[in-house]
Amino acid sequence: MPSKKDSENSIPFWHDPAKRAIVYQLATLAVVGLVGYYLFSNTMTNLQRQSIATGFHFLEKEASFEIGESLIPYSAANNYARALLVGILNTLKVSFVGIVLTILLGTFVGVARLSANWLVSRLAAVYIEVFQDIPILLQLIFWYAIFYDSLPAPRNAMEPLPGIFLCNRGLAFGIPESHPSYKYIAVAFLMGCICLFLLRKWARKRQDRTGLAFPVFSTGFAMIIGFPLIVWLVSGAPTAMNTPRLSGFNFTGGITVSPEFTALLLGLVLYTAAFVAEIVRSGIQAVSKGQTEAAMSLGLKPWQTLNLVILPQSLRIIVPPLTSQMLNLTKNSSLAVAIGFPDFVSVANTTINQTGQAIEGVAMIMVVYLFFSLVTSAFMNWYNKKIALIER
Amino acid sequence: MAHPDNFPETQTDGIKPPLTSVGVIGWVKSNLFNGIFNSVLTVLTLIFLGKILPPLFRWIFTNSLWTSTAAECRSVSGACWSIISANYRFILFGFFPYELQWRPLLAMILLISLLLISRNRKFWKRPLFYAWIFGLLFMGVLMKGGILGLAPVDSTQWGGLPLTFLLAVFGLAAAYPLGVLLALGRRSKMPAIRTLSIIYIEMIRGVPLISLLFMSAVIFPLFLPEGITINKILRAQVAIIMFTAAYIAEVVRGGLQGIAKGQYEAAESLGLNYVQTMRLIILPQALKIVIPPSVSILISAFKDTSLVVIIGLYDILKTTQTVLANPNWMGFSSEAFFFLACIYFICCYTMSNYSRKLEKELGTSL
Repeated sequence: MPSKKDSENSIPFWHDPAKRAIVYQLATLAVVGLVGYYLFSNTMTNLQRQSIATGFHFLEKEASFEIGESLIPYSAANNYARALLVGILNTLKVSFVGIVLTILLGTFVGVARLSANWLVSRLAAVYIEVFQDIPILLQLIFWYAIFYDSLPAPRNAMEPLPGIFLCNRGLAFGIPESHPSYKYIAVAFLMGCICLFLLRKWARKRQDRTGLAFPVFSTGFAMIIGFPLIVWLVSGAPTAMNTPRLSGFNFTGGITVSPEFTALLLGLVLYTAAFVAEIVRSGIQAVSKGQTEAAMSLGLKPWQTLNLVILPQSLRIIVPPLTSQMLNLTKNSSLAVAIGFPDFVSVANTTINQTGQAIEGVAMIMVVYLFFSLVTSAFMNWYNKKIALIER
Repeated sequence: MAHPDNFPETQTDGIKPPLTSVGVIGWVKSNLFNGIFNSVLTVLTLIFLGKILPPLFRWIFTNSLWTSTAAECRSVSGACWSIISANYRFILFGFFPYELQWRPLLAMILLISLLLISRNRKFWKRPLFYAWIFGLLFMGVLMKGGILGLAPVDSTQWGGLPLTFLLAVFGLAAAYPLGVLLALGRRSKMPAIRTLSIIYIEMIRGVPLISLLFMSAVIFPLFLPEGITINKILRAQVAIIMFTAAYIAEVVRGGLQGIAKGQYEAAESLGLNYVQTMRLIILPQALKIVIPPSVSILISAFKDTSLVVIIGLYDILKTTQTVLANPNWMGFSSEAFFFLACIYFICCYTMSNYSRKLEKELGTSL
């Protein structure tokens, strides 16, 4: 009986790691599946008991709530889907503006932290420490409270800079009066960017081939600024400004940014910039001093040293954590719900309260933010691949 | 310093560094006024500080009132700290019964002393671990009551700073084992377990905490069979644990990756099985590496607990807002939030300072 003998000699399955692994995995899947099924069946019973319909049909119903600010036309007569779209656009708006300002402020503070000037460096350190250690929600609520508690009514608006008014209705400032040429200026700017991109590509190739450097930076700068400038001059250099004026109880003209948006932006930027400053500082410090000295001794000019030696190395360290901070900023913008800015979470929350579609609402919030983070990590992977050190 | 007699004192002996390069003047010169750019920067910064600091000082100290009525406050230009001194019990303890507020206070003192004791690495031994378990249990008893002759206090009455500490510390304590399991799962060779861990970690890290808190507020009740309800605080606590665990998992994974392959091989060649390898060889080393980042997670968790305001729990931020909603104290939000910011700052700053110190110590001892 050879087969019996085989099975006697062979290892029992609980001593075979491969088979044991299968058992473990099946057991884990079974437990996860059972728990999932248990929660699912409970949920279904509960929903039936409370007679809540499942599914996304509610999206087509009339939203019947107003939204304070919106990038696209919206009224209470629109459906929930459009209200949620308004929310997503508001989230994107505050995140985009916030990210740009955060990178500027964070880089500035990070560089200030490394300054040889003791006072500046200390001040930057205090900023970083203080703003990192206070919860973002408290900061948001604090800035918002400043608007409605401490700032004067439009009649006595503060004017921190000429033409910029700060009052409890928000922040009002002038914008250029609309003029047909602005469209073309934007096109010219875009053209400048495309030209710079092509020029840079060509200059790289030429340098690889012949070793001749081309002043890409100055030429590109001239193009990006010059093209729109020419269009502006050709169209008669319009300078008319649409400035905010007090009429009645509020400002008209110019742009008024709501207190909610300003407070949210201020909170997000000040909080995240403290983290970005630390990232920038450690990124710059990580490039050893020898690199600068070596570049100098090769005869590179200071800006060449920065551009060709320091930045490529420190950006490799800075960009990954920077992206995750940008993602954090986007996620933290969901705290808008606490101060009443109609971002996506806030609109979704209103939708949940009105329709009772809690599961769908929370699922939508999660899916939207997961999408943001997937896009971010896709970018990260692309960037990491692009800048990865090519080693022997 | 005695000079040998046969060497005549030379002139160079007496020369000291110039006065401008030592002492206060030297320091100022080399740190504030080295070069034109830096000098301009220093002057500009000083002007800026000169504009900001004196009014702030006047607001905080000179023109402020510390113990007065709200009406008196409205007549002064400075800060009204009376809002704190008149309401501090409510801000700190929320709706906890007034005469029983020594219990959350004692719980907090216990927690803080445990944290302070844990700062010292000499005490990082088994007794400290038991002390923590016992301490956390005792804190729970103090808050909840019902045994040892303590009057029971319903958890809906918990609030203020103890709630903030509770959510953060219990959150981290419960999330840690889960996070370690997830990290091990993510490093596992079994595809099903690895995939499940990755999905969990990445999903949680991709969404804001507030969506999990919403989930705890509106969806968790649907998960449970009819007739069973869990209170709001516990549900929020579960959401915080789920959230923190994903971040801990990533930190621990970093620690696991830092362990040399030879350690695994050595453990295997000793005949240790997976559990023994992890428990005796890998985790003790990996967890030691990740102590400083874990403190950072505790700081984030501590700050993040303020989000429970949004689902209506009375943590310290909500109690402050409640005081501000009182018409009597309306309008003194800057003072109240300043006070809160100080509390949060002191706690977080202590922890982050400690984390940096630890990083340095552990870095050299590894």
